[in-house]
Amino acid sequence: MSLWRKLACVALALVLGASVAANWLAPGGYARQYREATDAPPSHAHWLGTDEIGRDRFARVLYGTRISLLLAPAAALLSTLMAALIGGLAGYLGGAWARMAMAVTNVFLSLPWLFLLITARALMPLNVSPLVSVLVTFMLLGLLGWTTAARVLCTTAGSLRTSDFVRQARAAGIPGQRLFWLHVMPNLKPVLYAQFWISIPVFILSEANLGILGLGVAEPMPSWGSLLRELEGLVSVGEEPWKFVPLILLVVVVTSFQLLLSKQEEVAA
Amino acid sequence: MRSLRWRIAGHALALLATLFVGGLLSATLVRLAPGFDVDEQELDPHLNTQSMQALRDARHQDHNVLRFYFSYMKRAAHGDLGTSLALGQPVRTLLRDRLPLTLRLLAMGLGLAWLLTLTLALSAAWLRLSVYDTLTTVVSGTFLCIPAAVLALLSVLWNVPGSLAIALIVFPHTYRYSRNLLVKAYSRPHIITARAKGLGEARILFWHVLPVVAPQLLAVAGVSVSLAVGAAIPVEALCGLAGIGQLAWQAALARDLPLLVNITILVTLVTLLANSGADVIGHMVRGQEA
Repeated sequence: MSLWRKLACVALALVLGASVAANWLAPGGYARQYREATDAPPSHAHWLGTDEIGRDRFARVLYGTRISLLLAPAAALLSTLMAALIGGLAGYLGGAWARMAMAVTNVFLSLPWLFLLITARALMPLNVSPLVSVLVTFMLLGLLGWTTAARVLCTTAGSLRTSDFVRQARAAGIPGQRLFWLHVMPNLKPVLYAQFWISIPVFILSEANLGILGLGVAEPMPSWGSLLRELEGLVSVGEEPWKFVPLILLVVVVTSFQLLLSKQEEVAA
Repeated sequence: MRSLRWRIAGHALALLATLFVGGLLSATLVRLAPGFDVDEQELDPHLNTQSMQALRDARHQDHNVLRFYFSYMKRAAHGDLGTSLALGQPVRTLLRDRLPLTLRLLAMGLGLAWLLTLTLALSAAWLRLSVYDTLTTVVSGTFLCIPAAVLALLSVLWNVPGSLAIALIVFPHTYRYSRNLLVKAYSRPHIITARAKGLGEARILFWHVLPVVAPQLLAVAGVSVSLAVGAAIPVEALCGLAGIGQLAWQAALARDLPLLVNITILVTLVTLLANSGADVIGHMVRGQEA
């Protein structure tokens, strides 16, 4: 493992560890208001200051990191499973099924990703409880993010369908369903793993974009997207540099994923 | 020539099919969206039972998704795209007023992105210095890790034009592929031989490298249009530019579904046309080369 990959692993472990330990590191919680210290600069009591309604920014960053880092993989898992089912099955069945599945995939892929997300998000009710908004946002990412992976899996499953071992298994009388689950799916695993890991940083960035545009996780629940909305109120970059901490964390995490994924991308290709 | 015609016909057919399926999908989603059958007019205390019933009857035909979609298509064919619920204006007027700004923004953003991409990718392929290569990879990688909306916010803070923000969002995606393509093309034996024989860099580029990589670069160019259209939403929304991207964002926030469906179809059309155009031109270039 190269030095950069080791550093990426350490960075990810540190950020994930800090977010999991948010209850101990910031016992005040993300929603508690310190009304005597609104919009305060960093101090001993509030390491990253407070926001405009007096909530501790450090606590919000930790809890927001936890939400983004735990739910992005969950969304990636959902999208990978959907891709495996749609792309894998279509590729395995081939013919009209594969053409039909790829036509639907093309419809989704012809729309810019962020555009598709805000359109679909707008179709859901916007004034929902914070917890529901978290689930809706990440479920949407999972439900819409399967297309690229499905295309890769359809091609891989298509080549497996015509491979010698599948032909032999079919000739030996193994029924189609059993053949798919026992022989085709296990061979799709490396591509599935790669697609899963590739989706995580994509979903983290997408949630951040949705959050900044006001279509992501609802207040008072923090996420990287909602925390980055604070940057909208800045007049200059050097004015309150501590407000950039969520952005720096996000860039560090996504860069770490990219460094770790360079090998996975080769597998996916 | 015949294969080119077939290719164009195939793309036109695929475009129509995608628009049809995409429109039907959008109409279905609108029909199934929560709050579809709610009309604020019904809250008016001045309306009597008959008026309320008349309002419900008027909406009754929208209950069937297919009928809803076909009546929309019929009206759209006559140039009536409906009325925006949030802005109370005809969708056609809204799109017509805002389209020029978005097209200008996209053209400038894409132009800048490709200028940056080709400059950096060509210099990386020419120089073949690992330090320079690492530096450009780090720069593009960093931009790849910053959300598009943050780049839009930073462009407001630094008072730089929105087209530059679009360029910086698109550039990391196009740079990566273009750099790999050009480096691979420059390492081909006939290019090395041409260099060894003392052929000028400009001649090598225009006669031997570009004809080889042009079809793939054109394909990336087609994809970059889709990336730029996606980037236009945060850039226009956060930089206060009254274009289609800002309209889409406003429609999403107000759950203005008729407007959103029309923008979706327009965006699908633009991205499909860009991809099809790139593919057809790429095919022509390949044909000329052969």
